[in-house]
Amino acid sequence: MKDVLETLERWRGEGLPIAVATVVGVEQSAPRDPGAMMAVNARGDVAGSVSGGCVESAVYDEAQDAIATGRPRLVTYGISDEDAISVGLTCGGTIHVFVERLDW
Amino acid sequence: MIFDRLAAALRANQPVALVTRIDGSRAGAKLLVFDEELWGDLGTPGLNIAAAGEARALLAVGETAMRTFGEDGEPVGVEVRLFIAAYAPKPSMYVFGAIDFSRAVARIGKYLGYGVTVIDARPVFATKARIPDADEVVVAWPDEWLERAPVDSRTALIILTHDVKFDIPLLQVALRTNAGYIGAMGSRRTHANRIEELKRVGVSDADLARISAPIGLDIGARTPEETAISIAAEIIALREQRGGGRLSEGSLPVHNARTPVNAP
Repeated sequence: MKDVLETLERWRGEGLPIAVATVVGVEQSAPRDPGAMMAVNARGDVAGSVSGGCVESAVYDEAQDAIATGRPRLVTYGISDEDAISVGLTCGGTIHVFVERLDW
Repeated sequence: MIFDRLAAALRANQPVALVTRIDGSRAGAKLLVFDEELWGDLGTPGLNIAAAGEARALLAVGETAMRTFGEDGEPVGVEVRLFIAAYAPKPSMYVFGAIDFSRAVARIGKYLGYGVTVIDARPVFATKARIPDADEVVVAWPDEWLERAPVDSRTALIILTHDVKFDIPLLQVALRTNAGYIGAMGSRRTHANRIEELKRVGVSDADLARISAPIGLDIGARTPEETAISIAAEIIALREQRGGGRLSEGSLPVHNARTPVNAP
């Protein structure tokens, strides 16, 4: 959160709808620890990350959907090495990401 | 709003934890936990109280984690999953000696999220202009200053004075703290002399083993910037209990399983 705080405040200042995606759990080896956050706004700008760049595009889609619907969701990426590579999580770990509209 | 209170606390480097319900019909519900106050609602008073207790415990060790409770906060329950993001204040890096190396070390310390203080007894050298990245530059006798400074297990003490008259009293004070990292610059010969002196004043072998000297990982660093990277890498490796070699030549998992985090 600290690394995207300034950006979040700026977007809020501009009145842009925002979603935040937070790593809430990792299994095995994962590039970012719980608490890592990626923020997305309705204009399509992105700040921060939840992995080493592996699953950000999938998370981006979830975030845009959360902005549109207001519906929070818990998504999981990784599982096995093969699945991990298919979504791009090359480190082979599993990450759980909570995606929500920033309306709190 | 919760976000504004959280943002203000983070700016003020004040301990705060944000608790989020991550599943069920109330997913997204929030509780913001301070030392004394709570803001928000997770669903039931019992759950708020239980979550606040857990959040404060996590804040004390700087750990962020998922926890499960019953609907009313029963500790054995599994109905509610809460994600608790604990924002502990920045850990401290104290750099003793205002030399070229200090400037580079202060810079990387800042980059890693430390609150950096540089301490030197010489007013001509201990200036913010020479070490712009330090949060604070203090003119003081290093050992006397450290006697009064707050130190915890996340604190890094970096001793760059490499002058026996400063080093020995300072290392004695440093070894009485529970600082997570105590590094002292100087050649192997300098350190052999320091060890002799410290033994003479009664420092135990176990305490002597806590000193990282010569300071840093063995990467062949030459410049102040390279040396700062070698020191920073050693701080991380010690915290994670890693040897600091090349991953390409090892077989351990790249990241340790999460244990209570001392990271910034």
